[in-house]
Parts: sequence; structure tokens; C-alpha cells
Amino acid sequence: MKELALMKGNEAIAEAAIRAGVDGYFGYPITPQSEVMEYLMLQKPEERTGMVVLQAESEVASINMVYGAAGTGKKVMTSSSSPGISLMQEGISYIAGAELPCLIVNVVRGGPGLGTIQPSQADYFQSTKGGGHGDYRLIVLAPASVQEMADYVDLGFELAFKYRNPALILTDGLIGQMMEKVELPAQKERTNKFDQSWVITGKTEDRERNIITSLNLVADLQYEHNLKLQEKYKKMEEDVMFEKIECDDAEFLLIAYGSSARICQKVVEIARGRGKKIGLLRPQTLFPFPTVAISKLARRVKGMMSVELSAGQMVEDVKLAVNGKVPVYHYGMLGGKIHSPEDVLSEVEDKFLGGY
Amino acid sequence: MDIKEIIRPDNLVYKRTPLLTDATLSYCPGCGHGTIHRLIMEVVEEMGIQSETIGIAPVGCSVLAYEFMDIDMSQAAHGRAPAVATGIKRLWEDKFVFTYQGDGDLAAIGTGETIHACNRGENITIFFVNNGIYGMTGGQMAPTTLEGMKSSTSPYGRNNKTMGPPIKITEMIAPLPGVHYVTRQAVHKPGPVRKSKKAIRKAFEVQKEKKGLSFIEFVSNCNSGWKMTPNDSNIWMEEHMFPFYPMGDIKVDGKLVK
Repeated sequence: MKELALMKGNEAIAEAAIRAGVDGYFGYPITPQSEVMEYLMLQKPEERTGMVVLQAESEVASINMVYGAAGTGKKVMTSSSSPGISLMQEGISYIAGAELPCLIVNVVRGGPGLGTIQPSQADYFQSTKGGGHGDYRLIVLAPASVQEMADYVDLGFELAFKYRNPALILTDGLIGQMMEKVELPAQKERTNKFDQSWVITGKTEDRERNIITSLNLVADLQYEHNLKLQEKYKKMEEDVMFEKIECDDAEFLLIAYGSSARICQKVVEIARGRGKKIGLLRPQTLFPFPTVAISKLARRVKGMMSVELSAGQMVEDVKLAVNGKVPVYHYGMLGGKIHSPEDVLSEVEDKFLGGY
Repeated sequence: MDIKEIIRPDNLVYKRTPLLTDATLSYCPGCGHGTIHRLIMEVVEEMGIQSETIGIAPVGCSVLAYEFMDIDMSQAAHGRAPAVATGIKRLWEDKFVFTYQGDGDLAAIGTGETIHACNRGENITIFFVNNGIYGMTGGQMAPTTLEGMKSSTSPYGRNNKTMGPPIKITEMIAPLPGVHYVTRQAVHKPGPVRKSKKAIRKAFEVQKEKKGLSFIEFVSNCNSGWKMTPNDSNIWMEEHMFPFYPMGDIKVDGKLVK
């Protein structure tokens, strides 16, 4: 039987974490994501599944707790918001370098600096291009509903363990705080069936000792390690996810993810009602990015517009995919302000529909 | 008597623990790290807990400790070992988890993680090697560098007024309720080596009995960083380091030693 609930996006992530059989959550309070740990603490997951939830002294500590536990093969996660995620970048780089699976949730707020607590998508670059030091990538999932907030927890761990790589759910205060109906996933056992040969749980006589490290003082070895990582990131393309809305006959295309995609869905609806052939491509994974799909669509549409709550970050990836075939524009609000469907529609009319 | 008659298995009174690997130590000749490594591995061997022990080696001279200790280990970012150890121990309550940290790591960049892991009473063991200098990066001033002591970033000697005085972090964490056992030891002579080994054994026993955090500071030399011969550095350590960082137990069975 379906188990339905009315929940905030942040609460859905917490509930889904318990149900996904997560072993440990380590976090630090920050608006607008504090509900994640609050919900977890209230639920007594140590009684429900044996899951450990610990409030750390800082985001720096929480990401390093994740690093330690992930090295033992456990399913572990943290969540934070933009300034906290910035603090975690060193740890995330170590986790990527040491090839450890884990889940990180960024409920983005407007920046830079302390910025605002209102929703934003200005952390796109940080999330998809590495974020910390060194050549590395995270698997980046972009939920656009409370349902996807819940679903992407398990998906994030599945991909993280498949590639031994950190996965990031990139969302914002809008989806995190919004209440929607959500179908809760079934309770999973707290067991891991993936390859455990590399984990550190104590050296037994039947194997060599295991070492979790991102250190390689010999440049040749570090070079080889980097090539291996790049190969892995390339392979992630097979797990690209996106949704096409009214794309089949579209003459103009909006590209948007997360909360901005929800707004753009309305834009498409209004435009279609007026007989305008507008479509929406919604990336569900931002890394890997739906480059091939966008490139194919660029052969038959007249133009594209990346609609983001930022000064124009994803638009760069759209332009790389389109590679000059058609004009690519950006439209977006900054610093915690949200565009209305009418704002976007007026920009669409200005850029695309002037000749109608 | 011929030498071959003396070197026989039945005459063996001491041998290197098999829990130290064959890798050549990367430490400078004369440095105390090698001895501390050996003592920890001897205790792990004697307690028969190799398959249950996980070590953490953060940034510093001992960043490559996992090359020498034949146990499962995790490298850690600079200063973050107590957080990494917390993450492991919380999910593996029955494993033995220890960190092996230098003074810069534990008492400067990792102060927050150190204090909070101690305050939560994480059931782990912290080995803290204090040689009053950043050895790995070439002899810069550490949080524990003595007043007037020269280093590459205090070339005219540490000035307490402008650089702050050396920090006694071991005395700072000792009163915290979660901390069960705190002691300060050295490994420059056979006597102190024997005492250090007893302390290491006690620390692991405390962890086994789940009594809380155990913390051992080893005041050690850095002959390269101090620019002395190994012997001179040990004499200098006794004359200057020991008065400021006095040897002995600071907290036993959860009670401060007066």
C-alpha cells in the first residue's frame, strides 16, 4: 500500500534517509536546512533502524566524520546550506580523492558571503565543477519536487556506491521549505551489498591492510590516479537523467533545473495556451550534464534560454552543448529573489517570439 | 664464543613486532616517532587486536604512518583526525580507534576538533606527539614552541607578546568530563620508553572498557627542526621542554591528579 505524507522537502530528505537504511548522519545547523537534523533527532532513528545522528561542532567536523565513516563502508551523509558547504570543500575534495561514497545535501541560499536565507541556484559552479581543490567531480542530483527530494536520497547512495564517489543533492530553500504530497519509499535494511574489499574495519589475516588516503607523493602515481578518476567521471554519462516537457514540437527551449524548472513548467503551460511552441528540458542530474540531449535538440529548435536563480552559471554548459548552433540566452534572478512565470514569459517573448 | 653460536633463535630476547612493516621509516634518524610507532604496534600485537584496530594519520611528519603500521588506517586532513575517528567509532563501537597527531595538527589547526571530541567523551585514543615545531614543512613555529625558541618563522625566538605563549592543550582538555585518562610521557631513554608503553596499554584498556577518551602526549625531540644532533636535542628537551611540559599522569580513572 502506498504510504503518503504531506511534508517539507527537508523533512522528506530526512525521512527518506532513515528509510534508505542510512547508517550515519553528521551535521551542523544552518538555515534553510536545519529541519533535516531536527526531523532526524525527533524521529529517534537509533531506535527505528539503528542509524546514528550526531550534531558536530562545525561543518568542517561533520564532513570529516562523514569521511571517516565512509571509509569503513557505511552509508553516511551530511546536509548543509551554501556557507556551510563552502566550509566542507576541503573534506569533499579528500573524499573525492580517496574515492569514498557518501551523500551531501546542499539546500542553497543566496550568496556570496553570508548572503541571504532565501532560495538561490548560485552554487551551480561550486557543485558541478569540483568545488574544492583538484580535478574532481561530484554526482549532482537536482530535485524539483518534494517527491524527488525523497527519491534522490536512495538514488544518490546507489550512484555514490556504484562509482565510489560523493553524490550531492543540489536543492534550495524553496524546495526544502515547500510542503507537498510525497509517496514515502519502503523501509530498507541497513545493509550494504557492494564490494567491501577496500574498507577499513580492522586488518584480518586473510588480507593485506587497507588504507584510505588521497595522498600520492610520487607525481607519476598521482597522474595515474587522476586519469582513473577522469575515466570514472566520463563513465558517469551513462547515468544522466533529464525530463523533457513539450519538447517534441518545440521551436524554443527553456533549460531549467530544480525550483526554476517548476516555474518554467508554468511558463510552458501558459505559452502553450497561447499557441506558442515552447518546451522545457529539465536536467535531473547536473553532473553528468545532459549535453548530448541538448546538442541534439539544438539541431531543430530556433533558440534556447537557461533560466536559473543565478547570474548565469548553467548557461555555460548549455552553450557548450549547443556549440553555437542556435542562440542561447540566460534569464535569472539573483540573491534570493525568485522570478515569476510572467517574468520568464516576458523575457521569452522578447527574445524568441518577437517575430510571431 | 663464536658470534654464530650467540645468534640463535633460542637466544632471542627481543624482536621487532610483525605489526611494523618492512618499509624504511621516513623519519629523521634520532627522531622519536619511530619508537612511538613501535610501542603502539607492540601493544596492539600483545593485546591481539590487530583485526579490530583502525588508526588515523593526519597531516604532519606522521602522515605516512600507514606505510609503517600493518593495520587498517585512514589518512586525514590537517587537524581533522578526531572528527574522522568520531565518524568511525560511532558506527563501529567495538573497534579500537586511535589518532596519531602532531602539535600543529592537534593544538593549532585542529583545536576545535580536539576539544569537542574530548568533550563528547568519544571512546577513542589520541596519541599526541609534541616536539614544539612543524617538522614536515621545515621547522616553522608550532603552537607548542617554547618562549624564545627559534624556528624558521620565529627566527629571533618566539616572542610571547606578539606570537602568543605556547599552549598547554593537554592540561586544557584534561578537566573535560568525557576524558578518562590523560598522561604525558617521553621516549628518549629506556625508562621513559617502558613508562610510555604502559601508558599506551592503559589507554587501549580504557577504550576496551568503553570508559571514554584516553589522551597521551609524548614530548619528543625534533633534532632536524631544532638543528641539533639527536643526543643534544634530547638533552635540550630534558632541560627546556620538560620544565614547561612536565612528565607524568594528569588524569587517571576520570580524576585529575593533584
